[in-house]
Order: sequence, then C-alpha cells, then structure tokens
Amino acid sequence: MNKMVNLRLDGKTIKAQSGKNLVDVAKENGIYIPTLCYFRELNPLGTCRICTVKLNGKHTTGCTVKVADDMEVEVNTPELLDNRKAIIEMLYAEGNHFCPTCEKSGNCDMQNLAYDMGLTVTRYPHVFSDKIVDFNPKRMIMESNRCILCKRCVEEIKTKAGKDVFSFVQRGIKTRVHIDYEQEDKLSESEALHAMNICPVGAILVKGMIHEQPFGDRKYDLLGKNIIPKLLNSQVRKNENEKFIVATTSLAGCFGCHMSLLDIDTDILDIIEIVEFNKSPLTDIKSFTKQCHIGLIEGGCANSENVHVLQEFRKKCDILVAFGECAIMGGIPAMRNFVPLQECLEEAYLNGVTTEIGANVVPGHEDIPKLLNNVYPCNEVVKIDYYIPGCPPNAHHIWKVVKSILLGEEFSITHDEFKYD
Amino acid sequence: MPTKNKIDRSKLMSVLWEIQRKKRCIGHDDISKVAQKFNMSRMELEGVVTFYHFYHKLDCGKFTIYLNDCIVSQFSGREKIQKTFEKATGVKVGHVSEDKMFGLFKTPCIGLSDQEPACLINFQPFINLTPEKVISIIAQLKNGKKPSEICDTPKSTIHYTPPKNKTVFFKPYTCFSSLKQLHKHSPEEIIDLVKESKLAGRGGAFFPTGLKWQFCRQNKSDVKYIICNADEGEPGTFKDRVLLEEHPELLIEGMIYAAYSVGASHGSIYLRAEYRYLVSKLEVILDDYRKKGYLGKGIKAKIPFDFDIYIHLGAGAYICGEETALIHSMEGKRGEPGTKEYFPVEKGFKGKPTIVNNVETLCAVPRIFEMGVDKWLQLGTEKTPGTKLLSVSGDCENKGIFEIEWGMNMQEFLKLVGAKNPKMIQFSGPSGDCLSEVDFNRNISGEDLICGGSVMIFNDQRDLMYILKSYSNFFVEESCGICVPCRTGNFLLNKKIDKLLLGHAEKKDLVDIIEWSKIIKTTSRCGLGQMSSNSLNDAIQKFPEIFERSLSENTDFNRAFNLDHAIEEYDKIINEMTSDYE
Ligand SMILES: Cc1cc2nc3c(=O)[nH]c(=O)nc-3n(C[C@H](O)[C@H](O)[C@H](O)COP(=O)(O)O)c2cc1C
Ligand code: SF4
Repeated sequence: MNKMVNLRLDGKTIKAQSGKNLVDVAKENGIYIPTLCYFRELNPLGTCRICTVKLNGKHTTGCTVKVADDMEVEVNTPELLDNRKAIIEMLYAEGNHFCPTCEKSGNCDMQNLAYDMGLTVTRYPHVFSDKIVDFNPKRMIMESNRCILCKRCVEEIKTKAGKDVFSFVQRGIKTRVHIDYEQEDKLSESEALHAMNICPVGAILVKGMIHEQPFGDRKYDLLGKNIIPKLLNSQVRKNENEKFIVATTSLAGCFGCHMSLLDIDTDILDIIEIVEFNKSPLTDIKSFTKQCHIGLIEGGCANSENVHVLQEFRKKCDILVAFGECAIMGGIPAMRNFVPLQECLEEAYLNGVTTEIGANVVPGHEDIPKLLNNVYPCNEVVKIDYYIPGCPPNAHHIWKVVKSILLGEEFSITHDEFKYD
Repeated sequence: MPTKNKIDRSKLMSVLWEIQRKKRCIGHDDISKVAQKFNMSRMELEGVVTFYHFYHKLDCGKFTIYLNDCIVSQFSGREKIQKTFEKATGVKVGHVSEDKMFGLFKTPCIGLSDQEPACLINFQPFINLTPEKVISIIAQLKNGKKPSEICDTPKSTIHYTPPKNKTVFFKPYTCFSSLKQLHKHSPEEIIDLVKESKLAGRGGAFFPTGLKWQFCRQNKSDVKYIICNADEGEPGTFKDRVLLEEHPELLIEGMIYAAYSVGASHGSIYLRAEYRYLVSKLEVILDDYRKKGYLGKGIKAKIPFDFDIYIHLGAGAYICGEETALIHSMEGKRGEPGTKEYFPVEKGFKGKPTIVNNVETLCAVPRIFEMGVDKWLQLGTEKTPGTKLLSVSGDCENKGIFEIEWGMNMQEFLKLVGAKNPKMIQFSGPSGDCLSEVDFNRNISGEDLICGGSVMIFNDQRDLMYILKSYSNFFVEESCGICVPCRTGNFLLNKKIDKLLLGHAEKKDLVDIIEWSKIIKTTSRCGLGQMSSNSLNDAIQKFPEIFERSLSENTDFNRAFNLDHAIEEYDKIINEMTSDYE
C-alpha cells in the first residue's frame, strides 16, 4: 500500500495515495480534468495535450503526473481552460470533422468535449486535410482526415502474436495512422469492434457495424442537457422607432437554412413588427436598396458570384451573421475540396451517371460564375460578426439570436438548441 | 508477451542503412523481409522508415545529392548552386534522374554553415561550391569517379581562443593523459568534482552535468548506458563537428569518466548521418583506446570496470537530438519524444538508467581534470565557469568557431567576428533568441545571454520576414507530429507568415500569432514545440516597424483571400477544354 500524500488542487488541500495518476485523483476529488487520449493509467500516452495543467508553476500534462507530497496543481485557471479549448479547436481545424455526416456522431469523445466547452467555431482557419481514406482493410475503414493521432489504437490493438495492427507513418503534419492489412486480417470481430470503440473520434470504422446503434441513443446523446454556454456581449443598437432592416442570402448552401427560417410559422407576425426585409430570397428583392442592420448568410463561397455577393453584403450590412455549417466551415459543398477541380467538372458534366450520353461540353462562358479552387467558409473571405451553427439551425433559435443582437439583449443558448445530431 | 527469442531492435537502423546504401532505397520487399526479421508488422516498420528523411522508399539515385536548405546557405547563393545542379544532372530538386544516376534533395542544415554553399553527395562533403565547381563535380561523377575520391575535407576554422592559459578546448592534448584521475578517485569523487565544476549541459538545456550523473548513479540497475548526443541539428551549429574532428579523444575520455562514475558498461555515440564522413576516423581512435586497454573489459581504475563505445548513425530527423527521441531512435523506433513521465536517468535506453550528454559537455570533462577544478572555476562567470564554443556564420568576416570565455560582451564579440552592419542576430539557433541592437550591450553568460552554440548574423540588407519563414518551414518539416499544438500550430503560424510576406496581414494576425504561440509553447510535449515560436515572437517585439510595414490596413475584407488566385485553376481548365473542341 502506497503512503498517503498531501497536495493542493486549485487551492484545495487533498489527500491521495502517493504515485496515483493526477487525472484520477482530481476526479475523485470533484475536479474534472478533460482528456482525450487518456484511457488507462499504465503508460499514459500524453499525445492529446488537453489535460495540460500547471504543476508547481510549470505546464505539463495531468495524465503523466504521479501525485507526490506538496504538489501544487492548477487545473481550472482561465488560461488553462482557454488552452484546452484552443487544442480542441485546433483538432477541429486540422481534420475534417463534418459531424452531420459522421458515422460516429453521438459516440465521439471529441464532439462531446466540444459541446461541453461550448465550442461553436474554431479560432483557426480550416486546414482541409486531404489524407487518404483507406477502404482496403478487410474489416475496417480508416478515415485519416478524422484521426487526431491520439495513439490509442497503436498502443492497444495487437494481434495474438503481439504485432502492431495500427502504426504511425510519415512525420510532422503528414503523420497518419496506417493499418497493416495482413495483421488486421488476424483480428477477431470483437477485437475489431474494440478498435472502433477506443477511437475517440470517427477515424476507425468497422464495416457493417457503423450504424448498429441508432443516432439519438448513443453514449453522449443525453449528456450535457444542462450546460448553459457563456453569455455573449452583443452590440447594442438604438431603436430609432424604425424597423430593423434585415437582408438574407444563400450562397453555396442548399437553401435548407432558409427553409428553416420559414419554420417560424405564425411567429413571423411578431417579427414583422420590428423587422423589415431588404434584399432576400424571401422578398425577392434582388439588390440592396438601403443600408441594412443585419445580414444573414447561408452557405460558403464556391464560385466568384458567391464572393461578390458576400462582399456586397459586408458593405451593405452593419452586422454579418453566418448561419448553418456551410457558411461557417464550408459544410457539405466543401467536401469537394478534396477532389481536384478538373475531376469535379468532369464528373458533373461529362462522366457522371446523370449526364446525357455523349455530353462533351463543360459550360464555360463569361456570364457563368467561375468555380473557385476550393469552397471557402465565409469568414475566410470577409469579417463575420456572429455564427449560428447547425445543419440547419432551428428557426426559433435563429430568430432568438437575431432579435437579441438587434435589441442588444443578452441571451443564452441551451444545449438542445445547438445540438443537431 | 510472446518474446521467445529476444530480438535486438537497436540494430534496426543500421540494418536499414545497409539496405539503403546498397540498393539506394528501402523497397517494399526489403521492408517485408526486415519486418519479419525483427518480428514487427510491415506497417510498423514502414512507420520507422518514413520517419527519417534519409531513408527512401523509392530509388534515390546512384549519387544522392543533398543541398543544404538552411537560411545561411540560401543567403550565400544556394539558389544559383541549385540551378546549376539541376542543369548539370537534368533533374529538379526532390527528384531522381530517369537513369537513376542522380537524386537531388534538400535537407536542413548539414553543419557546414561556415563553408556554405555546401552539399553532401552520398554523405561526402563538398564545400564552398561555385557553379563551375558544381559542373566539374558532376562531370567527374559521370566519368566514374567516386564521391569519396573527389570530396572536400571540411575545414575546422578556429578563429579565436582566449589568451593561452585560459583556453580549454582548442589546445594540444596528449591522449590518455587525463585518465590518471581514474586511479586517484572513486566514482563518487569524480561526480563530486564534476558537480563542483558547475559544468552544465552544452546541448542547450544547461542541466548541471554532475547532478545528472549523480541521479544516474543512484538508480540501481544491472546495465546502464552512456550516450553522447552528436546529433547537432540546430541550424547554424557546427561546434560538435569541429570537436569530433579535432579532439575525438576528449570525447572518448569524457565518456569513460561518465561510465566510471555512474557504473555504465555500454556507450554509444549517436552521430547524425550528415557527419557520416567522420565515422571511419572515429572508429580508428576507438580501436586505439581498445588496444591500450582504456575501452573493453577490465579497464584499470581505482575500481576496475568494463566499458565500450559504439557508433549509432542517425538517419535525418532534427527531433532525434531531443534526448528521449534520441533514445527511441536508438531503440529502432520512430524518433518521437517521450512523455517525460520518467527521465532518461531513471528509465532510458531499453528502460535502463541512461546518461545523454552533448559532445561539448563530455569533451569538457577531461579538460577540467587536466587543468584542475580550481583553475576552471576561475574562468568565465560565477554561474557559468569556463569557456564556450560558438559556431558563427552569416554576414561576417570570420565564419567559424569561437572559443570564448563566458562573460564576453556582445559588442566585443561582434567586433571579433567582424560583423558587417549587423541588424539581427539569431542566438542559439531558430529555437533560441532573436537579438537586435538593444541586446548588443549584453554579456554572453549564464547570468545574461546564454547560448547553446549557434550564432547566425544577418545584416541590414536581409529580409527578416524571409528568415522567419525559413525557420518556420524548418519546424513544420521537423515536428515529429505527436502533438497537435506543434504539428498543426506551427503549420498555421507558417501560414500567418505567408500572409505577412504577401502584405495581406492585419493587426489581428499579429495578435493571433502571439496568442497562438503561447498556446503552442505551453501545451507542446517537447522542446521543439515549446521553443519553435520564440524567434517569431522575439522579432515582433524587437522589430515592430518591419511587421507594421507588412500589415494591410484594418478592413472588413479578408485580404488573404484573393479572388483572382481562387479562380485561376478554373480558368485554366476551361481554357484547355474549350480549345479541345476546336
Ligand atoms: C528539439 C530539440 C533538439 C535538440 N537537439 C540537440 C542536439 O542536436 N544536440 C544536443 O546535444 N542536444 C540537443 N538537444 C538537447 C537534448 O535534449 C539534451 O538536453 C542534451 O543532449 C543533454 O546533454 P547535455 O546535458 O550535455 O546538454 C535538443 C533538445 C531539443 C528539445
Ligand atoms: S512538440 Fe512537436 S516535436 Fe515535440 S513531441 Fe510534440 S509534435 Fe513532437
């Protein structure tokens, strides 16, 4: 039996068994240190860096600390909380985490952590990772663009002969996990499932077992209901007894967000009391007739016209709000960023299953907007003031946000309002 | 665990080198064979091979040419040299000629910064290149000469040593002479002497050497290891190379002392592949020591002991200079730094207590015993006694090695090296400090400005942003990829520098750089990530006017987005396609 030691955790003196893992000790004492890669006390991996704490004034990862006498540990300082959020944001920016299309949604540790931290948008530009998705293994799919390189699978999953199934290859920004086909073949069904389950994101998938558990009933689906994200300080605007003027547009989106706008039903009558629409598909006003208070943007920029429209919105609207995934991070259209433009055009106009037989022309005319090399999130083209995530965001939620911004009221978003899977 | 007959993974890298040297690549079949031999999965081995940039999976040419990609080389005219190589060999950088004769690649600093432009051809050095020289080299190679027949011998240019009785490293030495101490002192006494001398690690971290040895001694174990870190990867450093050339005997004796004090029986020199041309000379001297009975079984001392030294060749990865990464690399794994759960002196090579020391640190030990600790303590400053080797390169008259006494004033130093209009001085390499005029009055010492060994001098004609971009490229290239702040954080900072270079950046970008750097610094696992943003942040502070110039005014529009650029590809495709119809 190890001896007991005294240490201080965020100012609280606690007793613990010497040599025990700090993350576990903190948990037992009601202090939560978030982790992603940590899943066993023996040989902690220390790869994800999310559990970074301050130990005797120095930064280190909580999962690799064994408690000892007189340790002074800081866990929840503003700096450390922001560091953790920053790392999750960086992981989101680094990979392609399109939750609405991800098989692991609801069972994803990283998604859960992001919800937990109230993350809506990342401070970093998206890297739009373009790594391979490997369908070759017999039983599994390896989607490297979602992999966060936590190393769990590398360390945990071995064949009976003790050989590695998953390995890191390359280095630096190119590092990815690659499956050894020969060894993967030797895994049993349950070992394969274990690999999928220990993957904290949706990088390892077992073919045919992906949708075993329905969305909505998953591990994290019912958690976090009571989380109240931080209040935003909105820009206060004066109501000069005139109506607020709103403009909306759909760029490279599916109009789903606009459809959602209409789901407001009869409440529209209240809204019309304080709001007047200018340029918008709802009014069919094609060009701005005056300066607007707020502009709502659906969809990202896929072609030159989108860019022009967005830039015009920036000029004509005091506040720009990007609503829906596509406006915020490119969304579904941005999935073409991983296919060369030439292939996209050929697929659409020449070789696709829906093209007419014998089609041999890719339309190109000065009047046709030009496709951009990539689909860009709106904030990479103009400054965006607010983001409303969702695919699509809920109607009441959108109006609540818009109203609060216009009236300069504080508002809070409940967990349900921005959890969309 | 099915480890029937234990296979020694530490031999893996030399096996891979053997294949790479003979076949010019490590192909699919070789990987399968070697994996089987070492009882690994194919992919695990592929992970090791792809970690090191000197291992090639595809043929890298009968003559593999590595051009130095470091900033000093670029400023001394590498561009022209590269073009000449491309023309003479008929291949572009990063490619191999069709007849598999020449492969042309870039690699970070090759430790010849004082003799740039330089390159390695089949790991033989060629220095002070000019276009004419390049043409002649390629012609000779085409005519059947071997690189080893026509290569240069890198010079050891030692420009300055302190007045005679104060010089420590670069003065004549009689082999074996300091080893007398082995008979006089017990291991504990040796450690006490080293502690008393206040010798601190010269690899850059300045950890007290005596303390390290003491910790290692205290950890009981049947086997212990001494590793000399000769990976010298920090761009602009070449002092270890010169020590290995001029005084390898000091290094060996330093290692013998370390082994005697901590009770180690195995020693290794982890030599970076860029210095492969030094191996044969080192082997000869090691043999000499073996013959004289100073290496091998039963070395005579107050308490006789066994100890021998082997050379382990790296394969191109800066991160392997980090001690835990170095140990992983020696174990035949990917050179990823460890978690710091244990220090090497607790669990190092093969899980046994291990000392990792820099070349200069180990070379200092016999010299200290030779001159006596008291005399050594009179040199230098209170915190850092003795002298320090600085590798000087860049815009100055005297490029080469300076052995200075700690405490020298920067002004005096700049005068010695003949710096011409120095504007910025990169101290301790890209992960160190970026110095401007305001620092020129400081002293080089542990109390003030400490230096790991690299000093790169840039004059007022050099483009600071370009220099920072080159550093950033280096860190992006060399990050091991284990942790996201370093792996992607550095990549994102690199993009920010691009924005600055294009004049597209806004004030917000500078704020981002500073805030993101803080996050990278505090959350990265090892020194690479923790220090990678140092120079960039230093530069923002010390040269605000240069950054100010690179900003576009604050606007609502994101200037990094360029519509013309974004539709370029589409225009090209449409143009090509429409011309097809006619
Ligand atoms: C990214 C990184 C690179 C390093 N490269 C080297 C190196 O090339 N040579 C070296 O001696 N130490 C290097 N070090 C320092 C080593 O980790 C270690 O501190 C040193 O070898 C210990 O020896 P010393 O105490 O004699 O300095 C590096 C450290 C880091 C974090
Ligand atoms: S800081 Fe960089 S080099 Fe160091 S362990 Fe992390 S990723 Fe690897």
